[in-house]
Amino acid sequence: MTVPILNASGCLDALVAPDVARSLDVFVTKTITPEPRRGNPPVRIAETDHGMLNSIGLQGPGIDTFVAEHLPRLAELGTTLWVSVGGFSAEDFRRCCDELEGDERVAAIELNLSCPNVEEAPETAAELVAAARATTSKTLYAKLSPAQWDVAAAARAVVDAGADGLSLVNTIRGLALDPATMTPRLGLQVGGYSGPALKPVALACVHSCAAAVDVPIVGMGGVWSGLDALELVAAGASAVALGTVLFADPFAPARVRAELGAEVAARRHAIPSTALKTPLSR
Amino acid sequence: MRSERLTVRGNEAVGPYSLVRLGRGQLEAGTPGQFFMLEAPGRVLPRPFSLCIAPKGELGFLVDPIGPGTIAIARLERGDTIRVTGPLGNGFDLTVPRPLLVGGGIGIAPFPYLSERLGGPPALLGFRTAHHAEAAALVPNAEVVLDPTFVTDALPDDPGDVLACGPEPMLDALERLAPASQLAREAPMACGYGACYGCVVELDGAYRRLCIEGPVLRAVA
Repeated sequence: MTVPILNASGCLDALVAPDVARSLDVFVTKTITPEPRRGNPPVRIAETDHGMLNSIGLQGPGIDTFVAEHLPRLAELGTTLWVSVGGFSAEDFRRCCDELEGDERVAAIELNLSCPNVEEAPETAAELVAAARATTSKTLYAKLSPAQWDVAAAARAVVDAGADGLSLVNTIRGLALDPATMTPRLGLQVGGYSGPALKPVALACVHSCAAAVDVPIVGMGGVWSGLDALELVAAGASAVALGTVLFADPFAPARVRAELGAEVAARRHAIPSTALKTPLSR
Repeated sequence: MRSERLTVRGNEAVGPYSLVRLGRGQLEAGTPGQFFMLEAPGRVLPRPFSLCIAPKGELGFLVDPIGPGTIAIARLERGDTIRVTGPLGNGFDLTVPRPLLVGGGIGIAPFPYLSERLGGPPALLGFRTAHHAEAAALVPNAEVVLDPTFVTDALPDDPGDVLACGPEPMLDALERLAPASQLAREAPMACGYGACYGCVVELDGAYRRLCIEGPVLRAVA
């Protein structure tokens, strides 16, 4: 069993840490928007007891500068490249996908439909996917929020709209207070919650969506070890992305890959590839 | 970038601070003012520390136990192991003719190693209490002031080349008083190597990552 290891979008800059990017099977960029974005005012990071909050706000160069200046350098890494795109309307997604259409350096596009730190688009996730689908022939992964009552219904909708795969899950909105002042620790008060606390949430989403749709799923949310990765695979993921753990351990990809291999070997009579065929999954 | 599990060789109290010494492994000491990310046992994220002392085969960090992460690190005991990544970021420019080290509180942390590399230049250190000021013993040639006197009150008229680390108001004041100074700044940081975009500071009108552009920045006054 080979499980590709990716980074979660926004959790690694391949241009400043190329050796870390090369240790992945796929490098996923930070979400690119049509226009440059300044990002949110500090404070942007707050650790909590079992996770962390971030309030970055899609800081980035915009799609034009990305294509002109970043993409050529990313292509030199030699790692399979996915570009995460985001925006605030169907037109934003269309514009980003259009800029990347036909570019052989980009293996797939991940549609960030669920950043908790920016305003939502007026369209539904399915409408955003449909706009992207109409613009590009590239493989499209839809990244969904776990903060919805029926994520499986959302999964069916985005797959019907043309998504080729799912990225599950994005962060969920959280708040942390300063113990002395009882005021929010982040500059914009609330942020995206990630880290170990998110793992059961991710497992539940992957499990529900794998039963609902028949497309590949990149599982992510609190993966710290090979065992965590194996659990996501058992729940229905065919690839696993590392997020917050990369902040704590830049060389986690090689470690998680080795641990995952050992976990699989230790269970060779009940490996997840068979578990995947059981009612636990599709 | 290097990252390794290092073993604690010792942990001694210095006033209210802890001086945690680790076996160096394959990690380099780097330039004074660069920093390392130290795993905080039981916590999700590591914490950034500038290198305080660099004895042969060791890396030493001065820790102010003010929150759950720094408390966990300050409690490390000989034989414990933690992941350490570094050195990271940009340190002080050491090619200055008349260095003066100016520090406040835990901000004196990089000065013992910096002073060693600069041949023991004069230092001006400010602390809240005499207990905190016990850390001044780590820095040669140090003049110490205590609250309510600030280091900026004791700054000579012609301070020379100021290399500073300390609380933000102190650094902001130095930026006005000594325009050519090098200021080691701080920001909440998840990764330390440019991945998270958490530690941004405003430079030239844009948010830039302190871990990449700094942590030592030139005064821009």
